[in-house]
Amino acid sequence: MKKLSVAHLLGIKYLQLEDLHLIFETATHFKEVINRPIKKVPSLRDITVANLFYENSTRTKLSFELAEKRLSADVINFSANQSSVSKGETLVDTVNNILALKVDMIVIRHPNPGAAHFLSKQVDSCIINAGDGTHEHPSQALLDAYSLIERLGDLQGKRIAIVGDVLHSRVALSNIYALKMLGADVKVCAPKSLLPKHIKSLGVTYSSDLMQVLNWCDAVNMLRVQNERMDLSYFPSDREYSQNFGLNYERLKKLRKEILVLHPGPINRGVEITSEVADSDQAIILDQVENGLAIRMAIIYLLGSQLNISE
Amino acid sequence: MAIKVLLSEKKVNIILRRLCHQLIERHLDFSNVVLIGLQPRGTNLLKQLLILLKKEGLNSIKFGKLDTTFFRDDFRRNHQPLNARTTEMNETVEGKNVVLIDDVLFTGRSIRAALTAIDTYGRPKSIELLVLVDRRFSRHLPIQPDYLGAQIDALQGDKVKVVWSKSPQKSIVYLEKNNE
Repeated sequence: MKKLSVAHLLGIKYLQLEDLHLIFETATHFKEVINRPIKKVPSLRDITVANLFYENSTRTKLSFELAEKRLSADVINFSANQSSVSKGETLVDTVNNILALKVDMIVIRHPNPGAAHFLSKQVDSCIINAGDGTHEHPSQALLDAYSLIERLGDLQGKRIAIVGDVLHSRVALSNIYALKMLGADVKVCAPKSLLPKHIKSLGVTYSSDLMQVLNWCDAVNMLRVQNERMDLSYFPSDREYSQNFGLNYERLKKLRKEILVLHPGPINRGVEITSEVADSDQAIILDQVENGLAIRMAIIYLLGSQLNISE
Repeated sequence: MAIKVLLSEKKVNIILRRLCHQLIERHLDFSNVVLIGLQPRGTNLLKQLLILLKKEGLNSIKFGKLDTTFFRDDFRRNHQPLNARTTEMNETVEGKNVVLIDDVLFTGRSIRAALTAIDTYGRPKSIELLVLVDRRFSRHLPIQPDYLGAQIDALQGDKVKVVWSKSPQKSIVYLEKNNE
């Protein structure tokens, strides 16, 4: 019987290749489950999960909550802006108070990089990172890789491009870790102002020529421009960004081959990607959302199975 | 580890033929029947039965493979996680007579899980159970087979294993004694 090598999901960096394969294999079974007339299994009926969102989220929060409910877990939700955090309570105090209610698992999104890691050292609970600032977003990378494998098969030697605001993107970092682990060639494409300094140390290549990158790749992941994390101006205007780094239908049509288009959402239509492309057959954005549910069920199921009842 | 053959190849072959005829006797043309093999080992028995039923001229029997891992009651009670296997349920079970097929009936807990799992695909008209081997006096739940190959007695720690060959003539059932 296979099990994960970790007790928490803090980032792709901490996972092994076997963990990725086990999560994908389990997700395939859950994908079949969520397409049944009754989409619920009783596995986690004696587990309570708290979703702690210190940052806004739509699809990740919905996806995690639905995954927990599909597994029959009890769910409590916490949003920082409606809580005692505004009265000055610390993260560890908040979590310990929640754990005193006999909660077994914490899903946390936090604006500070390393928040999930910090929490895993401070409290006695299973932690799932649902995005920590500009650091990692492991479940998104897993669902992106899973969606790619579904369409392209084994990613060994496949060429994947990541285009856009790499500097502020936790999706980019987690994707790079996951794709490199799976043997893919990864190229990033962004304005130099939106690239981290040591990007090449991650084993990826760089180009600022979008057409050259699109012609090179089998699939492209278009990142959102994260205006909310920008404390200064990183490019002159949305229009100029869109002209140089935006994906439109004309660009797709000029390519020598058909490529897959991914986007982690939410989309800034008309900035990094046009509506025509986002709604085209080449875009697998809605596949990503469906796979996200199966992947998150797999993550929670596999981590939950390690919370042995007899211990 | 001592090994004892419980059912020889010849005996398994005779039992499989009998089970086939009992199924035909009850369901005739199988028009409203779905045979469901339980993963992992019940699917092997299903495969053998389908081969024999085909020889009887029943070519279009509806069947599926069901994995019950996510419905098991020992989640978090095992030191090893429960890894799922493939489910292939392409037939609707709503209003159908379902026959669950497994190789060995032991505690009955897998069958209980299967009864819950099958409900996620719809509400069958009836559910029956076919097993090759029934380990008597070992049930944890009030579950009994409708079609039974053979009853055997084995001690708690012993293992009853079915070795399937590609042809039914070469399959055997043996007992692995626990020497501890």
